[in-house]
Amino acid sequence: MALQGFGGVLPIAERVLVHQRRWMTPKEFVESLAIAQSLPGPNIVNLALMVGDRFFGLRGAVAAFIGMMAFPTVIVLLLTLLYQTYAELEITRRILLGMSAVSVGLIAGMGLRLCRTQGHYRAGWLIGLGVFLLIAVMHKPLGMVLLALGLPSFLLRWWQMRRSV
Amino acid sequence: MLFDLLIHFLMLSLLATGGAISLAPEMHRYMVSETGLLTDAQFTSSIAIAQSAPGPNILFVTVLGWQAMGPWGAFATTVGVMAPSAVLTLMVNRLSLSRSDTVWMRALREGLAPVVIALMLATAWILSESWWGEIGVLGLVAITAMLTVVTRIAPVVLIAAGAVIGGLGLLG
Repeated sequence: MALQGFGGVLPIAERVLVHQRRWMTPKEFVESLAIAQSLPGPNIVNLALMVGDRFFGLRGAVAAFIGMMAFPTVIVLLLTLLYQTYAELEITRRILLGMSAVSVGLIAGMGLRLCRTQGHYRAGWLIGLGVFLLIAVMHKPLGMVLLALGLPSFLLRWWQMRRSV
Repeated sequence: MLFDLLIHFLMLSLLATGGAISLAPEMHRYMVSETGLLTDAQFTSSIAIAQSAPGPNILFVTVLGWQAMGPWGAFATTVGVMAPSAVLTLMVNRLSLSRSDTVWMRALREGLAPVVIALMLATAWILSESWWGEIGVLGLVAITAMLTVVTRIAPVVLIAAGAVIGGLGLLG
């Protein structure tokens, strides 16, 4: 599965786990994904760990993890070696500059696209602005910023939800 | 130094809310600004290399480690960033604290969403800082961002286009 996932493995995982192998119902998939996304760490790796663990215990989790990571790691390291071998050449520098600019644009675009999902939590915009200023402009450490803004944001949202129930 | 790298990434692991890319600003601060293990160009190219290959995007962490300190560096950053969060995931899964509809799970997800989004935008900002004044490069960043918002072109296609545009020397 991992090898088919150019620019993200998630859509492939959904198709194989739910539709082809039928290991999970769509609802189970969405729920597992929600948990995988709530926890720290890469979503898709968390999801692989959870699915593996659920069906085959710890061995399954390890197998799923290795399956998810092994080939992509080899490929990415081959690309890195290729890059390092030819890093001196002007053409390599130019190609990587173009790819880097696109990569940065992709990250910015992903952030902008996600902004549209944030209508319902108004205070979130202020929190987001604060995080951006502290990290991007003032270069503050992430741990400090999460403690100062992430934790209050979680508590605020929790309080809002409790109140509305 | 290798040990420091491992320790630093171990601590970062549990801060990786919303995926590995949200750790990029902190990794940049540590590896480029603080220790000088990598140059700006090396850091950004690591992300570009990982995004142009199939598989989870977290692999940029492996490339960062490799470029900084070779195979052992790659091992340190990868294990460091993966192990704590993997253990936590399995624990939560086992304890079945993990009903996705519990209020605190939802509050965690929704409360941290703006933080994660801001971290993505901050990543883009920080990585662009070394290109101030380079109109062509910044233009390509902006166009890519726009295309990502309004279309569904696959990222790998855009990166290939970027490689061609760069290779032709259009960015200087």
